[in-house]
Amino acid sequence: MSTLVTSVKAPAIDASQREQLESAWRNKPGIAEWFSVTTHQAIGKRYIVTAFIFLLLGGIEALFMRLQLAAPENTLLGPVRYNQMFTMHGTTMMFLFAVPVMEGMGVYLVPLMLGTRNVAFPRLNAFGYWIYLAGGLLLYGAALTNTLPDAGWFAYPPLSGPNFSPGKGVDVWAQMITFTEISAMCVAVELIVTILRMRAPGMSLNRMPMFCWSMLVQSFMIIFAMPAVMVASTVFLLNDRTIGTHFVNPAEGGDPLLYQHLFWFFGHPEVYIIFLPALGMISSILETHSRRGVFGYPALVLSLVGNGFVAFGLWVHHMFATGLPQIGEAYFTAASMMIAITSGVQIFCWLATLWTGRLQLTAAMHFIFGFIFIFVIGGMTGVMLASIPLDLQVHDTYFVVAHFHYVLIGGALFPLFGAFHYWFPKFTGRMIDEKLGKIAFWILFFGFNLTFFPMHIAGLHGMTRRIYTYAAEMGWGQTNLLATAGAITIAFGGVIFIVNVLRSLSRGARADTNPWEAGTLEWAADSPPANYNFVNLPLITARYPLWTERSERGIVVGMRNDRREVLITTLMDAEPHHRSVLPGSSIWPFLTALGFSIGLVGSVAAFYWYYIASVLGMIGLIGWFWPRQPLDIKP
Amino acid sequence: MKRAVLGSLAASTAFAQQSALDAAGPNAYRIKLLGAVFLVLLGLIFLIVIALALIPLARRHRGIEQEPLEQRNQPSQLTERKLAGSVGAATVITVLILFGLVIISVVAGKTVSGPSNRANALVIEITGNQWWWAVRYANDDASRIAVTANELHIPVGRPVMIRGTSNDVIHSFWVPSLQGKRDLIPSHVTTDWIQADRPGRFRGQCAEFCGLQHAHMALWVVAEPAEQFEAWLTHQLQAAIPPSEPVKQRGQQVFLNSGCVLCHAIQGTTAAGQVGPDLTHFASRLTIAAGTLANNKGNLAGWIADPQNIKAGTHMATIPVKSEDVQPLLEYMETLQ
Repeated sequence: MSTLVTSVKAPAIDASQREQLESAWRNKPGIAEWFSVTTHQAIGKRYIVTAFIFLLLGGIEALFMRLQLAAPENTLLGPVRYNQMFTMHGTTMMFLFAVPVMEGMGVYLVPLMLGTRNVAFPRLNAFGYWIYLAGGLLLYGAALTNTLPDAGWFAYPPLSGPNFSPGKGVDVWAQMITFTEISAMCVAVELIVTILRMRAPGMSLNRMPMFCWSMLVQSFMIIFAMPAVMVASTVFLLNDRTIGTHFVNPAEGGDPLLYQHLFWFFGHPEVYIIFLPALGMISSILETHSRRGVFGYPALVLSLVGNGFVAFGLWVHHMFATGLPQIGEAYFTAASMMIAITSGVQIFCWLATLWTGRLQLTAAMHFIFGFIFIFVIGGMTGVMLASIPLDLQVHDTYFVVAHFHYVLIGGALFPLFGAFHYWFPKFTGRMIDEKLGKIAFWILFFGFNLTFFPMHIAGLHGMTRRIYTYAAEMGWGQTNLLATAGAITIAFGGVIFIVNVLRSLSRGARADTNPWEAGTLEWAADSPPANYNFVNLPLITARYPLWTERSERGIVVGMRNDRREVLITTLMDAEPHHRSVLPGSSIWPFLTALGFSIGLVGSVAAFYWYYIASVLGMIGLIGWFWPRQPLDIKP
Repeated sequence: MKRAVLGSLAASTAFAQQSALDAAGPNAYRIKLLGAVFLVLLGLIFLIVIALALIPLARRHRGIEQEPLEQRNQPSQLTERKLAGSVGAATVITVLILFGLVIISVVAGKTVSGPSNRANALVIEITGNQWWWAVRYANDDASRIAVTANELHIPVGRPVMIRGTSNDVIHSFWVPSLQGKRDLIPSHVTTDWIQADRPGRFRGQCAEFCGLQHAHMALWVVAEPAEQFEAWLTHQLQAAIPPSEPVKQRGQQVFLNSGCVLCHAIQGTTAAGQVGPDLTHFASRLTIAAGTLANNKGNLAGWIADPQNIKAGTHMATIPVKSEDVQPLLEYMETLQ
């Protein structure tokens, strides 16, 4: 477009330009407006805060389990409550915390890192959040009516089927999956389009921050993985339960293994869906705190993409005990070990970065070192689990419980906590207390290892998973008591973290735009960023634009500031292509989500609510897509 | 009481009840060895990685980088090339190690998946139920088929093929001292091979979450010398001996005239229920309620009186037994050797 000029000299910021942007991007006050917000910072923050509340709930459930198992033949929880607790814990952590919190980080950070003003589909973004919230409320609303699911977060039929799980608990679980998966799909679609078409001019794919790469790969994985679990849980399981379809009910000729295949075709990539964004966070933190660009950028990108592909080829290692043919299983052994190659390359690249960097040992870096320690142990036990004979011994024992907590907490939660310390100034405009952050790290690190390391030993000594109690003569008492002590330590560390966040929110030192002197674009925006992120959209000439000379940095001119205009660029090289106007605040995503939610929640009780869902949802969509005023075509 | 008896079943070490590390058969031993190889190799790699991560921490501020860092904080081309070499070498080593691990895994997997000579194998059919194990010794000769529950006896040194399925939900058969686990899946038949190389009692437990009382679904494998095993099997094939004493005869009538017969069978009587465990040789078993209680009179009395109290949710019904009938019933049950 002729009007688009990319100027190399940055002109002085024009006050009237800022004013125009402020008014175009303003979120008006008021309750109805609060439900209409479509700016990515607000939605991202809502995702993150909501997910952290679910983390807290899931953590409390874990504490209950640990207290029950602290001593043999304990009677704190009976089998009913215990089974509900581990089902809720797994479901909450996987579906309501881990994936959404990563989505939230992506929604918040990706447009900032790319140098644009919002995600590609702001209303879809809002819709995704409301649907996610509705799913969470459905599950925890069921807690209030005492209809909690108790068939595990994996809900294998026939145990979860109509014959063995009467009541509405499993229906609630299966429908909650529908909600969270729709939400994840919304974010995936909008992030893919944002990343591929809304990068700042000049930010060719090979100049894109590693975190954006990880969100791109993760989003593609979501699009391929999530439909599998929706077919398994909603189409097969829920329909078997509500209208007797017999897909996976062996009593009526269905096949329970079919469900397992579909569930794990989703379930294994799910782990990487959680883990890949964390890898991106690690690269970001590491390069800033070692004062150099991350080593081996192409290798890291290829590893991310490789992870994304290989993750879909190893679901059967969750099913080695089902007795599939040997040749097939050997293939999945090899595929499962292959993931260690791509993960290994990443670790090596980060080590190389550490070796040649000038390290600053902040709280965020503490979490990165914690990550390396914990995740490498988890990776090693993961290699063991890929070996069929070893897996057959430790499968479904506490060894596996230990393994995946090492991988998920070490691989995703520690980096996430690190990321939280790192981006806190950007999120809130205040610095988070470093000293308390480091104290929280050490308590969490110690507590984590105290909780989960003994579980390896209990598992090798035959302690199976998902048992609500055990006899004293099994000899598992001591290891379990240690684990419970560790869990309490973790809770203590969590409290310190929360105190630190709340304290820093009100009393932390004011953060300037780039407190860590980082190189990526989000640090060029205000802290916290304005709704429009940047007064002038940046022009990119290097991978770390803020590490270039100020005189070398350019801006985009010729954009209109009186409406929500963004620049669309080409897929590979990010050359300016055209300007696009994004929608502003709208109540319709909320109303549409509300309509669908009412219907889907109702469908747990009776099938005809699906019709109500489609009518209510359709009304919402009509409002949503009601033609806006023709675009003002003046340049 | 219960603890003391069960405790004495196990060897003296703290964990020996049910442990993959207490291998008693060729398969479990082979897996343990494989695990040791993995542990040593991977443990070593772990230590190296952690050392590599901590060294730069110790030398930070000095930096190993002797050339001055440029403004963009990028080391020199030379350093980057050296790093690329190291990372590449580390990757190649990783690939080689993993390749080796795949090969030894597949070889071990083939070994433990079944013996090469299957001619003299014993075949035992195990059917999972919520929450107990039905056990059937297969034989071409129908009169040589023995039925029992929650306890298998196997001859030492002879390969045993387990053919498993389930009547309700998915269970998993696992006796860690003998072999890895195998799921029991309704509408599927799965097979597994176990073998004990020394006599002993080995505990197993359901490893796939199977509902409310998943925690109380254990079984015992008793490995004994061939002659002892044959004697046991022959005994299991026989019907229950009718009681001679009047008290025990009365106990038998209590059993046969109550709801017990709806679920339980006792060969040699009219009791032929197929829903619960076969009780023909009940008194010869080590435990009650799938490993939940040691098998003695006191525990049995408690179990019959209020099964829900001991194993909440169990499908064992609470059968009202008149107080004067309890003692005869218990005495009769004790005759089912």
